[in-house]
Amino acid sequence: MKGSLIILAFFVLGISLGYTRYIPDFLISNDISMYALYLLMFLVGISVGSDTGALSVIKKIKYKILLVPALVILGSLGTMGIVWLILDDYTMSELLGVASGFGYYSLSSVILKDISGDEVATLALLSNIFREVITLLLAPVLAMFFGKLAPVASGGATSMDSTLPIIVTASGKEYAMISVFSGIVLTILVPFLVPFVYSIFS
Amino acid sequence: MWIILGLMTLGMIIGVSIRHKKKVIKQVNKLVTISVYLLLFLLGISVGLNDELVSNLDTLGVHALIITLMAVLGSVLLASLVYHLYFRNSNHEG
Repeated sequence: MKGSLIILAFFVLGISLGYTRYIPDFLISNDISMYALYLLMFLVGISVGSDTGALSVIKKIKYKILLVPALVILGSLGTMGIVWLILDDYTMSELLGVASGFGYYSLSSVILKDISGDEVATLALLSNIFREVITLLLAPVLAMFFGKLAPVASGGATSMDSTLPIIVTASGKEYAMISVFSGIVLTILVPFLVPFVYSIFS
Repeated sequence: MWIILGLMTLGMIIGVSIRHKKKVIKQVNKLVTISVYLLLFLLGISVGLNDELVSNLDTLGVHALIITLMAVLGSVLLASLVYHLYFRNSNHEG
């Protein structure tokens, strides 16, 4: 939550500087943004590869736990057909790209900026921040109505860190490992899945 | 797009090979945070320069909320099904 507030602060600061044209020219070119993204992806790779916790979690799994990130992917993308019918402003690939963030707002939005543009990137940033906020607010209610896996599913990629405490509160300590596992798998998949689902329908 | 995935895969290979160098990893994670801030700041600038996009931010927010609610709804409905079929009566390790 604190993380998303800082991110939003940087985003809003950027908007105000851009809107008032109070910025030096070199910041306007898209090249910096592209190279910064390349650097980020390289660093994220190192970060994921060097995380021994991420590897050991995967070694401990039984097959059933794999259903959890799989259902998050199917559930999140499956309903985009309905959204596509409600909102005719976006293509199917744009909606799938946004939904494939699973709450990982920073990475999904900067990748979509690169492959789709500013409008979809902003949509992805807001939508994926909302996913974290909705999970933080609704986890107990979701557990009550949809069972103990529901808060994990709602959290998506955030279920490994920012929404983990509320998920454990809502579903119980037994779900901590499932939650961390699902979050890690989804987090690793986001940079692959966002460009992949985007390209299928375009 | 392929550059992005290639760089990430390269990073993962390097990451696995340096996983015992805790200090380096700490610096890498710090740099990840800084570049995320930089990128979102740059995205903000680029959005701010686009007057049409700025005037549509409220609409975008509503659209984003609809997307999120549907994505969460789909996820929790499937979660409910999977929970009742596979998790409810079994040991909690899954």
